[in-house]
Parts: sequence; C-alpha cells; structure tokens
Amino acid sequence: MRIVIRNGRLVCPAQQLDELGDLYIADGRIVAAGKAVDGFTADLEIALEGQFVCPGIVDLSVHTREPGFEHKATIASETEAAVRAGVTSMVCPPTTRPVTDNPSVVELIHQRQTRLDKTRIYPLGALTKGLEGRQLTEVAALRQAGCVGLSNADNPITDTEVLRRAFEYAVGFDLPVFIHPEDSYLRNRGVMHEGKISTRLGLPGIPETAETIAISRALLLIEQTGVRAHFCRLSCARSVELVAAAKQQGLPVSADTGICYLYLTEMNVDGFNSQCHLWPPLRTDRDRQALLEGLRSGVIDAVCSDHQPHDEDAKAAPFSSTEPGASTLEVLAPLAFSLASTRGFKLEHIIGALTCRPASIIGINAGTLAESAPADLFIFDEGSQWTVNAEKLASAGKNTPFDNWEMGGKVTCTIIDGKVMFRDL
Amino acid sequence: MPENNIDVQQLIRNMKAGLDQYLQEHNRKNPLFIGIHTGGVWVAQQLHNLYCASLPLGKLNIAFYRDDFSRIGLHPRVTPSSLPFDVSDRHVILIDDVLFTGRTVRAAMNELFDYGRAASICLAVLVDRGGRELPIQADVAGKHLDLEANQHVKLSGPEPLALEITTAE
Amino acid sequence: MTSHSIQLDQHGRLIHFLTTEGLSRQILTSILDYAESFAGVGGRAIKKVPLLRGKTVANLFFESSTRTRTTFELAAKRLSADVLNINIAMSATSKGEALQDTLHTLEAMHCDLFVVRHGNSGAAHFIAGQVADNVRVINAGDGRHAHPTQAMLDMFTIRRHKPDFESLRIAIVGDIAHSRVARSNIHALNTLGVSDIRVIAPKALIPEDVESLGVQVFHDLNEGLRDVDVITMLRLQRERISNAVLPSEEEYFQCYGLTEARLSVASPDAIVMHPGPINRGIEIDSQVADGERSVILQQVSHGIAIRMAVMAMVMGVAPGDGMVGE
Repeated sequence: MRIVIRNGRLVCPAQQLDELGDLYIADGRIVAAGKAVDGFTADLEIALEGQFVCPGIVDLSVHTREPGFEHKATIASETEAAVRAGVTSMVCPPTTRPVTDNPSVVELIHQRQTRLDKTRIYPLGALTKGLEGRQLTEVAALRQAGCVGLSNADNPITDTEVLRRAFEYAVGFDLPVFIHPEDSYLRNRGVMHEGKISTRLGLPGIPETAETIAISRALLLIEQTGVRAHFCRLSCARSVELVAAAKQQGLPVSADTGICYLYLTEMNVDGFNSQCHLWPPLRTDRDRQALLEGLRSGVIDAVCSDHQPHDEDAKAAPFSSTEPGASTLEVLAPLAFSLASTRGFKLEHIIGALTCRPASIIGINAGTLAESAPADLFIFDEGSQWTVNAEKLASAGKNTPFDNWEMGGKVTCTIIDGKVMFRDL
Repeated sequence: MPENNIDVQQLIRNMKAGLDQYLQEHNRKNPLFIGIHTGGVWVAQQLHNLYCASLPLGKLNIAFYRDDFSRIGLHPRVTPSSLPFDVSDRHVILIDDVLFTGRTVRAAMNELFDYGRAASICLAVLVDRGGRELPIQADVAGKHLDLEANQHVKLSGPEPLALEITTAE
Repeated sequence: MTSHSIQLDQHGRLIHFLTTEGLSRQILTSILDYAESFAGVGGRAIKKVPLLRGKTVANLFFESSTRTRTTFELAAKRLSADVLNINIAMSATSKGEALQDTLHTLEAMHCDLFVVRHGNSGAAHFIAGQVADNVRVINAGDGRHAHPTQAMLDMFTIRRHKPDFESLRIAIVGDIAHSRVARSNIHALNTLGVSDIRVIAPKALIPEDVESLGVQVFHDLNEGLRDVDVITMLRLQRERISNAVLPSEEEYFQCYGLTEARLSVASPDAIVMHPGPINRGIEIDSQVADGERSVILQQVSHGIAIRMAVMAMVMGVAPGDGMVGE
C-alpha cells in the first residue's frame, strides 16, 4: 500500500518538524515528510486542508482487561477504540488474570493483537510473581517474550528489601521499572484525596504523603541501584518537585501523568461521582496547576490516557465500593491538543509528550515521522468539534468523567504500519 | 345574591341561640368547646367566652388527617392540636367557620376519636354554604348561604372577625 | 452537581432527606416546626395519625442499629404506614450488587419510602439516584458522611432549651473524623445561624481542613468548653485504639472525657447531648450522663417526632406536581 497525504500540517517533535506539506508512505514505512518525492505513485491519496498529521500516539497505560476481565473490555474492543483515538502503540500493565508474570501471558496477548492487527501492544511484565511483592519474576524470559518494562502496578511493594532486590535485578536487563508510587499504609482504606472534599463527604482520604513518601523511598533506591525508573501517574505538586530534583541530580528517571489529572480535581468527586473515582486520586487545583507546569517544564515527560474501561456495575455502587479508573482513550488527543489553545502550551511540546517521549521511555522505534520509520500516524482536525456521549464511546468502558464535555477537535484518520485503520474524513 | 356586608357578631349570636336550644333539647350538660384551625378556633373562642365555660377551649388542627395529603402534601404551617382535657365520655361542640364539602369535619372527627371516645359531637358552624360531598350536616349554623361553585367565603380575624365573599373569574 | 442537590425537586421541596448540607434555613425550620406538631401525637389515646395510611416504608439497614431502626419504625407506624424491616448482612465481596438487587426487589414490592442505613459514605445518595420517581429515600446514616435525622433531633432538643440559635456557643467533642453526626450537626448549626461552633478532639480525630465546614478547632477540652451553651459528646469506637489512632481509653477519658469538673467551665445552664449509645467512663462520666444537664433521653424521644416530620414532608410531595396553594 502506497499512500500520499497532501497538504497536512506535519508535526514531528522528534525532528523539530512543523510545516505544511505532503507525507509519503510505502511498504509500511515513511518515505518522506515534507519533501517532495518525484514519480511517487499512490494507491491512496488523502487530501487535507492543513489538518495536523502527527506520529501515532504512544500511550503509556491502557488496560485492555484481557486476559481475565473480558466482561469489562477485550483487546479487540480496546484496540478498536485506540485506532479511533489515534493511539498506535500502547503499553498494557500486568494486571491481567492470570498476572503477566510469565512469557505465556505475554504470548497470549501478542497472539490476540497479531490476529486483530490494530494498535501495537507492548506489555509490562510483573515485577514480582502474582504482583504479590514477595518473589521476583523471571525477567530474562519476560524481556525475551517482548515486555518493555516491569511494574508491580497498583500493588505497591511494601517490603523495601524486596523493592531493592527487584531494582537490582532489573538493572541487569536494562528494562525500565514502572513505579506507581504509593505507601499502602498511609493510603489505608482511602478512596479520594484527603482534604476539604473528603472531609465534607466523609470519604476516607488518601494523603499526599502516601505518594510522596513512596517516591522518596524509590528515589533513594534508584540512586543506590542505578535502575532506570519511570514514575506513573504523578498526582500532586510535591511529587513533581521530587522528580524534578531527582532529574536535576542526574538520576535515570522519567515520569508521566494521566490526562484526567490535567483537567479534573477533587471537586469533581463532589456528589459522590464514581466516574471520578481514580487511583491515584484526583487532588487539589493547586496540584493540577503544578502538574501542568511540570509538563511544561519537562519534569513530566509524557501524558497517557491511563485508560481503564469498566462494566456498568463497577461504577454503580456507593463511592467506596466502586472500582477506580476512567475510560479515557478517546478523549486523550482532543484534551491534550486543547492544552495548546487553553493553557498556552506549544503544540509541538504536547505532541512530544504523546509520541516520541513515551516511545523513548520504553525504547521503541515509534513516535516519529522520520524517513524509514514505521508509518504509524494520525490526522487530527481541530475544526471538528464534538460532544462526548458516554454511550457512544467505541471503548467497551462507558465510564467517562467527561460525559457531555465539548471536545475541540477530533482524530479523523489513523494509519498503522502503513495501513489505514480508521478514517472519518 | 348575598351581600358582602355580613355582621359576624349577629351570626355568632344566632349560633348561641341555636346552641342553647340544641343543648336543652338534647339535654347536654357541660359540653367541651373545640374549634377547628384557624377560623373555627376564632369563632369557638367567642362562643366559649359567651358560655363562660369552665374548661379551656380545645383546638384541633386537622392537617395530619386531610384526605388530600397524598395529592398536595403537608400544609406549610401546622400549629399543633391542643386538647387540654380528656374527651372520653364528654359531649363535644365542634366548631368551624364555613361548612362546605364536609371533608374538614370528617377529618376533625377522625382526629377527635384518636384522642378518645366522646359521648356525642354537635357540629356548629358560622356559615353553611351548601355544596356537601359527604353526608355531614351542621346541627347549628349562624347563617345559610347559597353560593355558586366559583364563589369563596373567607373569614378573617381574630379581631375583628369579618366575612368576605369573593367570586373567581 | 453537588452531594445535596438530588434531595430537592425543581420547586425546591424536600423529596429525599440525605444530608443537612445545602438545605435552606426555611426547610430546616419547618422540619423542626412539623416535629413540634407531631410531638403531641405520642401523648394521645391513639398514638397515630393517618397521613401515610396505605404507604409502605422499608427500613433498609445494612449496618445494624436497633435504636435508630426502632425510632424510624415507630415514627412510620405513628403515621399509619406499613413497615418492613430488612437487615442485610453485608458480605465484603458483593456489596454493590447486593445493594442494587435488594433495591429492585423492594421496588417490585411497591415500597414507597426507603429508610437507609449503610456503612459507606454516599450510599443513601446512590440509592436516591437509583429509585423510581415516586419512591423517597431517607438517610438513617451513611458511613462518615451524614446522619441528618439525628442532626435535626439534636437541633430540636437545642431549640426546646435555647430557642435563639444565633447567640449560641456549641461544642462537639470527640471523634469528628469518623462521625456522620458531627458533619450533619455542623451543617445544620451553620444554616440555623450559630456562629460559634467548636470541635474538640486530639489531632488524629479531626479531619483535614475541617475549618472549611465553618468550625473552630480545639485540642484542649478546658479551653474549648469555656462558656459554651451546648455540648455534644461523640461516641469513641474501640477500633480507634486497636488501629493506633489513640493509645488507650483511660488516657482519652483523662484528656477528653466529660466530667462534672470539666463541665464547670461551660455556661452554668449548658446542656449535654450524646447521640448514643454511650460509652460511660470513656467519653462521658456517668454522673454527667445521668445528671441534670443531660438531655440525652429527651433526644431519644424527640427522634420519633423528627422522623415523623421528615417522613411526612418527603411523602407529601407527589412526583411532577406543581406547588401547593395556600
């Protein structure tokens, strides 16, 4: 398949490219971006009027729920939602059932993905067996099977000695460790940010220190072991400061946050809104501002969807009994692009946080429109407004906190490996 | 058509005369006076004074006994009923300002029976305007008025008592 | 959308009673006024009024509480309603599902009013969002969030002794962090115009940013009780000690237990309240609990009138109808 995209605004932060021009694709690879190619014969020509053409989004956290939780979502439903969202590569946490702690689960995921042939999936392997925080996993085998990193996901390792050993072991395989920083003792049974709103609603709170103490502990062990570490879903201002200091010090760390944390705060939980039951919890507006600043300054390298589709029952209960997480794939691009117009971000910087920077964290050749790179990209039309309707989401999870929000722009075409996966032009 | 200038004091005197006769004919001694909120209490107070009754005046608020509760809810303000005596085996004079459908009186009697079993109840009203929807009649009435359905009688008070008849368009 | 807007209809009338937060002074006052009217019913030969004849009230208790359940039951019966008592033991795994199933089953039985007690904050609110238009919900306590009928019976008790709310100084002493009674009382007191509300407890029992609810924080009992007119003592759960929040009951009583001696710094005619059940010798001395300042038993009997008032108010609003005339 040979494709030419004419007259797009080509934005590729990896190459500091932002210009109007044509993009040529052949045999699954980018032939040229911006430069004319003489004598190129295309099977398909897509004519644009200056819409954005960007490298495909590399999403650092998408829960497909498969294997194990197919009543919530499947690899089929979520890769379909992903292509509609411009996401061409996604990292899946090891919280499957069985846990992704051995190569056979990784193989199973890859088989499903290969058959469906949509968004590329990069699983994270479990840092400890069964995510139980006691016994180390066979990292060589996991890496061999295709894991791009290790993580204990939402089961923070409480035993500091185990954490140290896990870090040390990972060093030998040059795999980054993805850390969800949380001190589970301080979290206790908390379900939302500990502050004004939790006090009013009488919901058990999660103090900021549950996150910052875990980050501090991890940073000292990172310093000691030299492991490459990635902090997932920073939620508060102090965390940004800690990571900034660590980077300043030259530690091999990176960090991301979820799109929800850049738009929502504890206030959105008011009314016991279970759609805003997230983990880590939504915090104060001051924290949100600090996360935005952290993103601007580069302390926060990447923004991900942290997509967590749920079945209806998971959110239909008194707040504490509901499951945390939001279905966010399809709002990731429009909400991220809007940061440019509403918060004065450089568009190139935002796109970098969605593409080349996450790609480099997991060490894959993606997130760029460079010549001969895999032709993974999406077209984004800023002029196309739409309103989120939870029921109409492509994801099997209808649990969005953004129902009825106006989106200023949409993904109109997604190409993966040189093939048009989705087109709504 | 009835005139709008009604002498309420005359009606009260009519009620007194009617009651005297009724009590004598039925041989009722030492009756209890109970007025229905709000207008009925005003009228009852005046009769109570005229009779120099020994026991205090009883006041009944039928808000909790209305048959239209499930349609229109609680009355915005409910002054509690106060019956500072035992009604069991006593003769009761139940007093209201205007007798219309009879529903208020029915509710009042229901409430009265929740306080005890009266020996008898006599109904005395200032104005009987007809239009009954229930088999309830006044034993004593200060005045009978024949009003159209769109006409409304309202007693204002307590001092002075005045009756006003209005016609809805 | 806030936690309280669901309890009013489009005309601003009370259709569910979930929290005292966000209700107008007028609504709170009419609850108290109606309760005054209902208070007399208990003293009559027939302790019943026919307001809710033919209606079915389901007491849905996911957390057991004999006392609260009994007063709701009595209140419903005095309004002539039929009462179903349903005690649901919660299994840790299927809370959400059990709750929805139970609701649908009861709706199929044509219950008109759910009185809900649940261990999770927001449970009554969740149920109110689930039921059909013509079904009403009263919160009989949800987690740490709210216990609005308890708050209103406390207001009723206070008003009977001290009718002028605006001039009052009120102290709430004890486990504020885990107390739905404290939260509901604070909202109601603020709305009724009390300007001096104090919470007194060790730091671990004071929730984050509690000042934002409109209270002053004291860690010293003697200082906090100075010149107060009303003292509400909260029950201390034993698990606060097993969970390392506090060292011992003895030390708690020494520092925060209400004794005759401590009471002496309060206003000479201060009243002492407690939502019950009382831990004698832990948060309050028997001498005080049974003393002449104590209005604890009055609170219990006022609870019935308050619950009658709230039931009558929410059941008196038909779905979709207009405003009442008069």
